[in-house]
Amino acid sequence: MLLRHTSKEVKEREGLTINPAKTCQPIGAMYAALGIHGCLPHSHGSQGCCSYHRSTLTRHYKEPVMAATSSFTEGASVFGGQANLLAAIDTIFSVYEPDIIAVHSTCLSETIGDDLQQITRKAKDDGKIPEGKRVIFASTPSFIGSHVTGYANMVTGIAQQFAVSTGVKKNQINIIAGWMEPSDMREIKRLAKELGVNIVLFPDTSDVLDAPQTGKHEFYPKGGTTIPELESIGDSLHTIALGSISAEPAAIALEKKCKVPFETLEVPIGLTATDRFIMSLSEIGGVTVPDEITADRGRLVDVIADMEQYLYGKRVALFGDPDQLVPLTEFLLDLNMKPVQIVSGTPGQRFEKTMRDILDARSPETKFKNGIGADMFLLHQWMKNEPVDLLIGNTYGKYMARDEDVPFIRFGFPILDRIGHSYFPNVGYSGGLRLVEKILTALLDRQDRDALEEKFELVM
Amino acid sequence: MGTNTHFPDPSVVKEELIQKYPAKVAKKRAKSIIVNDPQIIPEVQANVRTVPGIITQRGCSYAGCKGVVLGPTRDIVNIVHGPIGCSFYAWMTRRNQTRTESLTDANYIPYCFSTDMQEENVVFGGEKKLKQAIQEAYDLFHPKSIAIFSTCPVGLIGDDVHAASKEMREKFGDCNVFGFSCEGYRGVSQSAGHHIANNGVFKHMVGRDNTPSEGKFKLNLLGEYNIGGDAFEIERIFEKAGLTLISSFSGNSTIKQLENSHMADLNVIQCHRSINYMGDMMETKYGIPWMKVSFVGAESSAKSLRKIAEYFDDDELRAQVEAVIAEEMPKVKAVIDEILPRTTGKTAMLFVGGSRAHHYQDLFTELGMTTVAAGYEFAHRDDYEGRDVLPTIKIDADSKNIEELKVLPDPELYNPRKTDAELEALKEKGLEINGYSGMMQQMTKKSLVVDDLSHYESEKLIEIYKPDIFCAGIKEKYVVQKMGVPLKQLHSYDYGGPYTGFEGAVNFYKDIDRMVNNPVWKLIKAPWQKTGATNGKSKGLEASYVTQ
Ligand code: SF4
Ligand code: SF4
Repeated sequence: MLLRHTSKEVKEREGLTINPAKTCQPIGAMYAALGIHGCLPHSHGSQGCCSYHRSTLTRHYKEPVMAATSSFTEGASVFGGQANLLAAIDTIFSVYEPDIIAVHSTCLSETIGDDLQQITRKAKDDGKIPEGKRVIFASTPSFIGSHVTGYANMVTGIAQQFAVSTGVKKNQINIIAGWMEPSDMREIKRLAKELGVNIVLFPDTSDVLDAPQTGKHEFYPKGGTTIPELESIGDSLHTIALGSISAEPAAIALEKKCKVPFETLEVPIGLTATDRFIMSLSEIGGVTVPDEITADRGRLVDVIADMEQYLYGKRVALFGDPDQLVPLTEFLLDLNMKPVQIVSGTPGQRFEKTMRDILDARSPETKFKNGIGADMFLLHQWMKNEPVDLLIGNTYGKYMARDEDVPFIRFGFPILDRIGHSYFPNVGYSGGLRLVEKILTALLDRQDRDALEEKFELVM
Repeated sequence: MGTNTHFPDPSVVKEELIQKYPAKVAKKRAKSIIVNDPQIIPEVQANVRTVPGIITQRGCSYAGCKGVVLGPTRDIVNIVHGPIGCSFYAWMTRRNQTRTESLTDANYIPYCFSTDMQEENVVFGGEKKLKQAIQEAYDLFHPKSIAIFSTCPVGLIGDDVHAASKEMREKFGDCNVFGFSCEGYRGVSQSAGHHIANNGVFKHMVGRDNTPSEGKFKLNLLGEYNIGGDAFEIERIFEKAGLTLISSFSGNSTIKQLENSHMADLNVIQCHRSINYMGDMMETKYGIPWMKVSFVGAESSAKSLRKIAEYFDDDELRAQVEAVIAEEMPKVKAVIDEILPRTTGKTAMLFVGGSRAHHYQDLFTELGMTTVAAGYEFAHRDDYEGRDVLPTIKIDADSKNIEELKVLPDPELYNPRKTDAELEALKEKGLEINGYSGMMQQMTKKSLVVDDLSHYESEKLIEIYKPDIFCAGIKEKYVVQKMGVPLKQLHSYDYGGPYTGFEGAVNFYKDIDRMVNNPVWKLIKAPWQKTGATNGKSKGLEASYVTQ
């Protein structure tokens, strides 16, 4: 037993979080900023935060994750970090020559009360920002929300600070990526292309965090949404925000600033969420859905129908982030499985209500909790009381899975011990197929492992 | 690559490393980039503030305190007081292995505890929530100790973690609760956190249990954190040699061992940077001398064992140590003899930590490889130049605010294990008693020494020297590998190890051989990217096969 001190008895906790199902805002902001081409994320605070965020993203992607820090010492903490940020901007533009620096705050700079807007304006006034270069910012205090909030805040900052409306509309649709993998972003672009709809996707970490080995380190890899693209989002016909928590705030900001109407959808994970995405994008784009996409969908339905006996009634525990959990829960229900225990450290009444609506209609017995107190320790206790057949979550789930001897699928952030998430999408019908394959493999491997000799099946 | 030792003039390299910096930055960095001369040992600027924006390897004081020193002790409940992230990122990511004696023994290493501070705690103070968290941890786990770690915002809002700890300690009676003011902005790197951790462990743990222990040759192993099982290997060797390990600081350790550690007769120090304060304080208070050793490298391990035997000055122990070396070395030799032809003449660079960039040079030497450049991430001048320079180090504003404990000999427990004359005699024999001669005396003339290497400097160094292997950490790993150069992580060992002792040396030889000779580095270019490829022009069909 690795988590041998986890007791069965659930007690309400008010002060102590144990084994969190979330992390802090800036890492989300850093990730989002990597989805802009030529951008260097910058962490305004002590250097530990930046080191931790880079390390965690690096372990998750096994790719370079470049970011700078204001390296506060005690003096900066007392007198404010303006001098540090101005010096950092100067050094970064001289040495690393990015097109954009995307500054996010940390708990420390937030507690001090540093005003990023004022400091970046001062940098401009002092001539520290070379011609044609940009410094954007987002406020990301971790004592509010979670890493998902930080992602949303940076994406909102990007939308607000880049978008301009020229008054002349462009025949394009914005798709704001909620927190998803580079593979997912690549797949969204592929689907739009197949549909024949002209889109601007932002942020876009494909070709950034899945870069090829070439023998050369590209400090600013080929991928990422470009400045001209970002400037044009104010002229787009429409916006689709994928994820009500991680993407919608940016869509709202864009609507406010440039009057681009928007619609919020789930991240297209699973069959019905992908259906809604394809429907919506084809309607907004005024195109008919090509047969290839319909055939992809058909293949996913075919597999579900063929293998339904192995999925039916399987009890699943899951933990992760709102914009993934909502469509994933829905997908598990479509697969005739039972998502019975769900936690997310990310707070929010909207998220809670969406989940409750889905669950009340289709799985009223499910235990669901989010925000403070919703940690993996609680989930583990639930699992001990009412065992499940499958656990889905980030790498930290492997400790619970091993203790409870439950099959485990890695899904979400961070995944520190396997590869694949950067390369193979979870979104779209092909993503759905990948998920079904993973689920079946986990369940059937377990059945094979545990089957009595005489019940060991050749064909399944 | 490997045999090419025609390196450019290091002073020219130095110029190249700093020329792109703004003038002030260049001036500052110049003092941290030094061309080595082991005869003279030039001064290296170290343990100074990192240039904002330069892209550093460094982390924070909290990481040094909680992550490095306190993290590896398995039965302390470590509660991080702050917003969630600081605790999340330090959750098992340092690979401190630990082995309990039974399945019921306490082990909290797989757990992550945090007060998960919210906005109202930042505005109205977080002490109440902290005390609540301590109470809940006590009720749930009944641990022997709970340690509290302050993160950046905590120091600013003025939560008193020490008062809260004291209050709860007195309330429980059977649980030692203590706090650390290790806010990430203290000092200039992880190093400040080491010092803060040393102080706390010394104040709150060492000396609480005076039970005398069995064993003739009792020692503590300081600055060994059992990453990848390093401490297990050293434990194995100690046991074979007849040495009794009272406590390690802090790999694979328990509260009980730390509390009893002052009953040992010698402290050996592996990582000088992170734990030398403890050595000094235990010497002053209890009269236990410390000695610098290294169990990284087979030769160094043998040497360290011999030094320990010399310290205890016992013929039986000397004989036992020789027997262990005689038994272990042939196995090591068999492996290195086979590998050596493939690694000899290759070059390495090491930029990591506060001691490993020095220790691991021994393993590369055993592999026949040359270290062309090295530096630490968070060390001080004494780790480069040797402890002789200690009196000349200026205490700057950033170091000044880290508490120096006033330590006095303990009225009852002070017992000098050796007389001054005995210690002098041991030093004469080459034992580094209360001393450390640093990295630079070992490095070749004209090798480069760079403190707190920036990303930019690392790319330049690789471009210029094209080393066969680069050693650093996770943040550098894939950057360097994208340049076609393998990177060995010397924090996490790339999830391998152990690398200490005799078995560790063998592991390291094999890993380096595998990495520098991996065929993948020759597969980077596609056939059509190589010279002589078609470049889109049709070659036309060769007719010869028609007639065959
Ligand atoms: S201080 Fe805040 S931003 Fe920094 S690691 Fe901790 S939670 Fe994250
Ligand atoms: S907030 Fe401070 S203590 Fe926490 S990771 Fe950042 S620098 Fe370190």
